[in-house]
Formats: sequence, C-alpha cells, structure tokens
Amino acid sequence: MTEQALNRRDVVKTILADRGDALVVTGLGSSTWDVFAISPSDRNFYLWGAMGSAAVMGLGLATAQPDSQVIVITGDGEMLMGIGSLATIGVRKPPNLSIVVLDNEHYGETGMQQSHTSFDTSLTDIASANGIKDVHLVENGAELEAVVPRINASEETCFVTVKVASTDPGKALPTTDGVEIKNRFRRAVLGTI
Amino acid sequence: MAAGLTATDMSVRPWQQDMFDAIKELDIKQVGYVPDAGHSAVIRMCHADTDLKVAVMSNEAEGMGLAAGAWLGGDRSVILMQSSGVGNCANALTLIENCRFPLLMIITMRGEWAEFNPWQFPMSRATPGLLELMGTRIFRVDREEDAADTVRGAGRFAFDGNLSAAVLLSQKMIGSKDWNK
Repeated sequence: MTEQALNRRDVVKTILADRGDALVVTGLGSSTWDVFAISPSDRNFYLWGAMGSAAVMGLGLATAQPDSQVIVITGDGEMLMGIGSLATIGVRKPPNLSIVVLDNEHYGETGMQQSHTSFDTSLTDIASANGIKDVHLVENGAELEAVVPRINASEETCFVTVKVASTDPGKALPTTDGVEIKNRFRRAVLGTI
Repeated sequence: MAAGLTATDMSVRPWQQDMFDAIKELDIKQVGYVPDAGHSAVIRMCHADTDLKVAVMSNEAEGMGLAAGAWLGGDRSVILMQSSGVGNCANALTLIENCRFPLLMIITMRGEWAEFNPWQFPMSRATPGLLELMGTRIFRVDREEDAADTVRGAGRFAFDGNLSAAVLLSQKMIGSKDWNK
C-alpha cells in the first residue's frame, strides 16, 4: 500500500456524488458507515449482518429493477465471505450492477487483522476469472475519477476494487431496524412496502 | 414408493409439474437454486420459462441475499436446495428475520429414507430444527398430491406475512437416489 492511499470516505463521496437515482446496497461494517455518513438515502439498503450477502443482494435487486443502476459498496472481508457469489453473478451478469470493494486489506471492525488481500488474494482477478469483464483496480485519485462514470452508469456488470487506507474514519450508524430499512427502500423504489 | 432417481432422468412427474404451476401461480419472478436430482425437473422448467430469471448459486446461503434483493426490487422469488445445504444458510437467515423479508424455500430431503450415503444423515436430522431455530416455518410434504398445495400455502404464508417458509419434500416421496445407474 502506498503512502498516499485513498481515504475510504473520500472515495465514497467521489463515487456517490453523481449517483442520481442509483440503488445502493452496503456491506456490513465500515462500508455501511461510509455510505450512511456521505450519502444517506431511502434508496440505500444498509446491511448490519449476514456477512457475505451484499453482492448477491445486488444481483437480486438488479434483476428485479433492470432499468435502475444498482451499486454494491462493500469491504474486502465482506466480499471474501461471499466470494462464491461472484461465480453466481458471473453467470447472470446483469448490465445494471456495479460492485465496489473498498479494500483496506484488513478486518476493520474486529481489531484490524490482516485480510487475505493483504497477502496474495486479488479480488479483481477473482472477478475476472468468473467472467466479469468490466473490472478495474483503483489505487489513486486519477484512476478513481476515470472509473466513477462506469460505476454510476454501467453497461455491463462492473467490478471495482479501490485500495483504501486502513484508517478508521469513525462510525456513522444508520438505524439497526431492518424492517424500517426495508420498508423505506421499497417505499422509495416501488411506492409501497 | 417412487422409482429410483437417476441423474439423467429427464421425465417430469405430475407432482413436479403441479409444483411448478404453483410457483407460477404465486407470481414468482426469480428462482435461485443449488441443484438436487429431486429438483431437476422443476429446474429445467424454470430455465425454459422466459418470464423467470433463474440463478444457479454456488452456495445455498446466496439464496437469502438473492431473495432479499429481489424483494427490495419488487420481485417474488423461490429458492430450491437439498437438505444438506440448509446448514450453509444459518447466518444468512438473520437477514430474512431481522428485515422480515418473505422467503420461500423448497427443500428436497436427503438422508432420511433409503439413503445410500451416510454423510447425508446429520443434515437430514438437523434440517427441520435448524430452520425452526432460525425463524423459518416448516411445511412438510409426504404425499405427491399435497406438493403443489403446500407450496401455494407456504407461499401465501411467506409473501402475505413477510415471513420465512420452507417446504420439505420427503425423500420417500421423491425417490431415493439410484447409485446403480
């Protein structure tokens, strides 16, 4: 990791500044805090558990809402736990699904233990190996700026790993009431719970 | 007693057709599955139906995320798996309970009757209890003529009640796997 590693909350701000009506699913832990801190919206679904479910939730949502951009924002640990879901997504490849992994190479909520991406695991290689073609590894601000339009208006399933600093920007906690999160989301998207 | 199941059996039994019809009557739009021989006819029918969006999953736990995402976008779904996969679902079921997502699972039972492979026995024994512990209501089917109606009823329970329902299809009804073919 370089000295100028990106700050995760700045990254989320850059990505979601132009989100428009995009539907966002966040992986539990820091990704949920980041998105809630930067871009709170009824069109966000914040995971507080079910680790490993974020990407495949994006698949179900993108399939149900083919005219909406769906953006999954999660961490390396959460993506690793649901790594098989990249194979499932690779079969279906919904064009309106973007998956962004904020990769700090650590388990940030549990004491900053090193994750597999600190070693030899490459999430972008795994995404590519599952047939996802629009795959990007982002390590600096210029690369991030270049990829943001693809995240917000994907033409095929898009997978982006953004290497971020393993610093803790502090917690920003949305409601833990899952029914409330679900009902808000459905009311915003479907007009009914 | 049903005839032995083989991996290459391309027939559709009446209860399988009826169960597929029930899935369609429930207005289900998405299907996620980890296969089982007992589901193979329904899986083929799902793939052949252009109104259904079907995902082969690498792990049964993906079914909870898929169903939740589908529901957030307005789609009803059904998740197909065998009993051995229920053990993979425990933590993912917290998503369903905490948010009261409707979930309809159809689970073929292995390891409960004339099972050749003893490695299926523990999850067969644990399946109903594990599902109930994690907040899922069990609807068991032992007779072919009950399969479709049970799926309809479990679907109503799930989608009208925002609750989790699992239809367990007995191995005796499905037919045990024939290891000689």
